[in-house]
Amino acid sequence: MSEPAVWLYWSSWPFLLGGVFFFLAGTIGLLRFPDAYSRLHAVTKADTLGLGLLVLGLCLRSESWQAVAQMLLVWLLVMASGATACQLLARYQRESDTDSAVSRPRAEPFHNER
Amino acid sequence: MNAELLFDAALILLLLALAAATLHTRKLYTAIVLFIVFGLMLALTWARLGAVDLALAEAAIGAGLIGVMLLAAFGRSGPEAATRAPPAVLAASVLLCSLLLVLFAQGVWPLANNSAPVPELVNSHLAASGVSHPVTAVLLNFRAWDTLLELVVLLLALLGVRQLHSPNMNLPAAWPLLQAWSRLLAPLSIVIGGYLLWRGSHAPGGAFQAGAVLAAGAIVLRLAGLLPPLRWNWWPMRACVLGGVALFMTIAAAGYWLGSGWLDYPPGLGKTLITLIEIAATVSIAVSLSLLVVGDTREITP
Repeated sequence: MSEPAVWLYWSSWPFLLGGVFFFLAGTIGLLRFPDAYSRLHAVTKADTLGLGLLVLGLCLRSESWQAVAQMLLVWLLVMASGATACQLLARYQRESDTDSAVSRPRAEPFHNER
Repeated sequence: MNAELLFDAALILLLLALAAATLHTRKLYTAIVLFIVFGLMLALTWARLGAVDLALAEAAIGAGLIGVMLLAAFGRSGPEAATRAPPAVLAASVLLCSLLLVLFAQGVWPLANNSAPVPELVNSHLAASGVSHPVTAVLLNFRAWDTLLELVVLLLALLGVRQLHSPNMNLPAAWPLLQAWSRLLAPLSIVIGGYLLWRGSHAPGGAFQAGAVLAAGAIVLRLAGLLPPLRWNWWPMRACVLGGVALFMTIAAAGYWLGSGWLDYPPGLGKTLITLIEIAATVSIAVSLSLLVVGDTREITP
């Protein structure tokens, strides 16, 4: 490998490790967080930042500009679909929360008596 | 330890665990979601084995569209009843499954020594088929009869679903965000579907994958309320559905009467005929799959 290629190869490691960290953190958040909103928060971090860092790291290692462009396009598409899906899921959750609060106020076992 | 071996072992364990969880979970909705994840993992496995055609088909149809169909069926069905199979049924299915497993092992075992004669046979006749991708050559030339029957099966499935007269899904008013997103996705699905269709002659891709991607675009648009109801009694809709089988049968019959035989393309015309069949089949598959998921089942008598 030539000198700049070696330099690029080693400089990709922080990005790849950062991506792995965000994916791990997102997965743990998905499993451990209490409600839908904070789970969505955790998962979308993995989708956008984790995948972005992985793509950046892999771009530094890739052989051709075509591969770089393809990976960046994939990242853009996943980021857009993740953001949209997150908004839709959060909105669905909020509507079902308000629906259940309006239609059956005493259904919850520990609901405060007013 | 070898990193690839580690990845493969994790994939296999995940597949088996997902299959078991899909079968044994209590709630129907959880089972459907697990089944979709199982399909995605299966697609990854096919890609890992080098079968990119199968991976594309599995991701688009097995995980994507079948998942949507199962969710749509779940939305239309009433509250689920917890049923347990009687022991006799369980015993019978265990017996049947072990017999199937024996058959399967007998069929798959020769492949382990890489001694299958078929790939060499296909590659030696590839030049005569009219296309340069071996999978497409098998699907649309050497074993075109199978592909024709697959299209007929899809048609029968659509007709069967129409006979059931399932009630329409009550689609809620779509949120503006979903509408904006589907406006962005639909052109993408047309571009990707067209690319998969065009690619099919020389690389992984083809009618089924392209049709599934196009259908996904149509379904998203319909769910967002941007497409009018897909009505069966509008004749272009029926023409699109029947077009694939009709063109395939016409070419097959023409070959039988005028040429060398049933589904035997005349030399030199192979590429043109295969391309025509692929285009008609893509349209037919796209419309059929969309109708299966979001078709309007009400008959409107004129």
